[in-house]
Amino acid sequence: MGMGLLIDSTRCIGCGACSSACKEQNKLPEKVEEVLTAYTWTVVQPKEGLNVRTFCMHCEVPTCASVCPVGALTKTAEGPVVYDAERCMGCRYCMMACPFQIPKYQWDRPVPVMGKCILCASRVKEGKPTACTEACPVDATTFGKKEDLIWEARTRIRSKPGAYVDHIYGLTEAGGTSVMLISSVPFDKLGMKTNLPADPPAMRTWQVLSNIPDFVGVWAVFLYGVHWITARREEVSKAEKHNHGRGDQS
Amino acid sequence: MNATATLTPRRFRPGFWTAVFVVLFLAFCTVTVIRFSKGLGAVTHLSDRFPWGLWIGFDLLCGVGLAAGAFTLTAVVHLFNLKKFEPIVRPTILTGFLGYAFVIVALLLDLGQPWRIWHAIIYWNPHSVMFEVAWCVMLYTTVLAVEFSPVVFERFGFHAPARLIHRLITPLVIIGVILSTLHQSSLGTLYLIVPSKLHPLWYSPMLPLHFYISAIGAGIGMVILESYLSGRAFHRHLEMDLLEPLARGMVVALGIYGLMRIQAIHRNHAFGSILGFSYEGTMFLLEFTLGVILPVILMSFRRLRTDPNWLVGGAFMAVLGFVMNRLNVSITGMEAASGVRYIPSIMEIIVSVGLVATGMAVFAFAVRNFSIFPDGPVSSTQELEEGA
Repeated sequence: MGMGLLIDSTRCIGCGACSSACKEQNKLPEKVEEVLTAYTWTVVQPKEGLNVRTFCMHCEVPTCASVCPVGALTKTAEGPVVYDAERCMGCRYCMMACPFQIPKYQWDRPVPVMGKCILCASRVKEGKPTACTEACPVDATTFGKKEDLIWEARTRIRSKPGAYVDHIYGLTEAGGTSVMLISSVPFDKLGMKTNLPADPPAMRTWQVLSNIPDFVGVWAVFLYGVHWITARREEVSKAEKHNHGRGDQS
Repeated sequence: MNATATLTPRRFRPGFWTAVFVVLFLAFCTVTVIRFSKGLGAVTHLSDRFPWGLWIGFDLLCGVGLAAGAFTLTAVVHLFNLKKFEPIVRPTILTGFLGYAFVIVALLLDLGQPWRIWHAIIYWNPHSVMFEVAWCVMLYTTVLAVEFSPVVFERFGFHAPARLIHRLITPLVIIGVILSTLHQSSLGTLYLIVPSKLHPLWYSPMLPLHFYISAIGAGIGMVILESYLSGRAFHRHLEMDLLEPLARGMVVALGIYGLMRIQAIHRNHAFGSILGFSYEGTMFLLEFTLGVILPVILMSFRRLRTDPNWLVGGAFMAVLGFVMNRLNVSITGMEAASGVRYIPSIMEIIVSVGLVATGMAVFAFAVRNFSIFPDGPVSSTQELEEGA
């Protein structure tokens, strides 16, 4: 199941230490912007009295990875969805397709690449927590095995009745994600997408794409069949014309 | 073939339309320079919230879709053996090829790093619809080039390769039809991945079929329209005996497509959003009335189909409605979920218009110098000037 993060919005104090740590870890320009950009991969915004952190959810079946024509995005065994900028040709289908609207683009550069959180993939691979987790002074971000995080989230929701909305955001959304959120305010009020189907969007295109080989075979035979019949008909009608007057030879 | 009379070089006299083209082309070049020196943000109104705009919605979706006449007509002539349509196959293949060239040039501008476009050949991701589109566009552009090449071979007197291609025409056409079926539909499949973003008036699990069938309808409309335009420009008569049955085909394709759309909207329980005259509802009504209802009703009347003005009018509506549909899927239907309004920048429009103009100029050049129409190259530019 891999590793993941649990974000507890009730604990977050909005200090922004996660954003700064992310900038340092990923060698991004220092200035923390107000919204996600190709240069700011995680932001904390005040909403409904809470501080809400927004960054890549690291889907279990990532839509971005499924749509990328050159396979520049991949889900690693440990959980992070990583990006190979050297492969990317900039079609931006990942941005169009992402159900969470996370990938951002370098619109201001002549040689642009996409930017999004990569869940500190190199650190996670070494068994270390993400930079944002380490930077958080109030444990609003917890790093761990996804199954442990689910258990932890359920415990927190159960132990303080009324303090949380009874839902772990990310458990089923878009097929489930490695990053999960719990909150005291309904998630739609925090501006999060709550209309996401529980089946990964990638399955909808794969259902079509996986049928292509079968379809090509059938369609080819059908088209050749049509040609064969019409050509044969022409032959027969020519022969009939030719034989006309010499009597029926069948 | 009556190619012998055609080998004399024609003199070309520039006029009003040439000037328009040159201005547009220079504007296009200017935008291209800015785009590659300053980045996409400097010339487009694209943003992190709205990453696909006019160049995908119009240039790519419409460029490919309106080129569908090529595979439809080659199938009609070479597979269904309706040989009487042969005279209009060549201009249709040429339009198809130019349509695809148009798409590729637009993609070279739209891609962030177009010099990596060949990556689709070496890095494979068969789960990606875009990967399928990339391969189909590559392969089908090649098929169209091969299908068209006999015209060029004949022009320069190479008869052996022209004969070879003539002999291979059946498998070539079958490959072309398969590739077209795949990627006309896969342009719709591109949007299957955004069930939570695309407005229910357009989203449907049947999007691939919607795109495929509407492309056949509008592709036929485009064949009629282009016969009319080149007829005007080059003072040729309209082949009414061929275009009238084509209009019937268009009615059938658009009729099936219209029914499928209504079914899809019914399944999404989205009729309410039409009645409320919301932004999306109004755009849908315009698109559907213009692109489906009017052409289907009008072209069902024999009297109107056989009248050149009505025929061309009906075809024009179908094409316009088709363009509106693709823009609605790619822009109108995606705006609410994105949280922003996208209106293309002047520079984005210049690129699209400049590319259309270039396509028309190349078509005119080809018609003047090669045997595109049955009566050989259309000569004098004087005719072109007067007609235009």
